[in-house]
Amino acid sequence: MSRNGYLFAAYAATWIIHIAYLGTIVRRYSRLQREIEDLKKPGVRS
Amino acid sequence: MKRAFPILGVLTAILLSYALYLALIGAPTEKTMGDVQRIFYYHVPSAWTAFILFFVNFGASVFYLIKRRSAADIVALVSAEVGVVFCTVVLITGPIWARPVWGIWWTWDMRLTSTLVLWLIYVSYLFLRRFSSSGETPLLAAALAVLGAVCVPFVYFSIWFFRTQHPQPVMGGGGSIDPRMLHVLLINWLAFSCFAFLVCWSRYRLERLQRDVDQAHAMESLLDPRGSLR
Repeated sequence: MSRNGYLFAAYAATWIIHIAYLGTIVRRYSRLQREIEDLKKPGVRS
Repeated sequence: MKRAFPILGVLTAILLSYALYLALIGAPTEKTMGDVQRIFYYHVPSAWTAFILFFVNFGASVFYLIKRRSAADIVALVSAEVGVVFCTVVLITGPIWARPVWGIWWTWDMRLTSTLVLWLIYVSYLFLRRFSSSGETPLLAAALAVLGAVCVPFVYFSIWFFRTQHPQPVMGGGGSIDPRMLHVLLINWLAFSCFAFLVCWSRYRLERLQRDVDQAHAMESLLDPRGSLR
C-alpha cells in the first residue's frame, strides 16, 4: 500500500467507526419509539 | 434546548469539515514521514478526547458513589461508551500510522500495551452495564470506573517512565512542534470535542428515554391483571 493509502485508510477507519456508532444510536432510538407507540395504544394496558 | 441541538450539529459539521481541510491540505507536510504524518491530526485528538471522556466518567462515577443520583449514573455510562469509541479510533489509526513509519503494525511497548489495557477495562465496564441485571450494577460499575481512571494518567505518562517506540507527548513531553501543525491539531481537537459532546448529548437523551420506557413497562406489568405480580 502507498503512504497515501495508509493516510486514506486511517481517515476512512475513523469515520466508519463513528458512523457505525451513530447508526447504533439511531437504531436504538427507532426501537424505543416503537416501544413508546405500543405503550400509548389504548388496548395494550387494559 | 431542542433548537440548540440542530444548530450545534450544523456548527460541528462545519468545524469538522474545516478541520479535515486543514489536516489534509492546510497543514504543512512533515519532512521525514511525508503525508502519512497527517494521521496525527486524527490520532492525537481522538486520544485526548477519549482521555477527557474517561475523566468525565470518573467524576460522574464518584458523584454517583456519593449522591446516588441517576443522572450521574447516565453521564458515567454515556461518557464511557463514547470514550471507548474514541479509544477504538486511537487503537486502529495508531497501527495504520505505525506500519509505514516503523515498519510494523504493533509492538508490545508500554504506551501501546497500556492503551490496549485501558480500552479493555472500559469495554469490560460496558459489558458489566449491558449484561448484569443486578440492582447493584451501577455501584459496581462506578467502582470499576474509578479503577479505570487510575490507568489514564499512567497511559499518558508511560512514555516518561519507560523507554518506548512511541514518540513523546505533544503537550508536556518536552518536544517541539511547528506552530502551524499545533494550530491544525488544536482545531481538530476542538472539532472532535464538539462532536463527542453532541454524541454524548444524544446518547444521554436516549438513555433517559430508555429508563422511562423501562419504568413504564414495570408499571404496566404491575397494573396488568394477568401480570405475574397480581
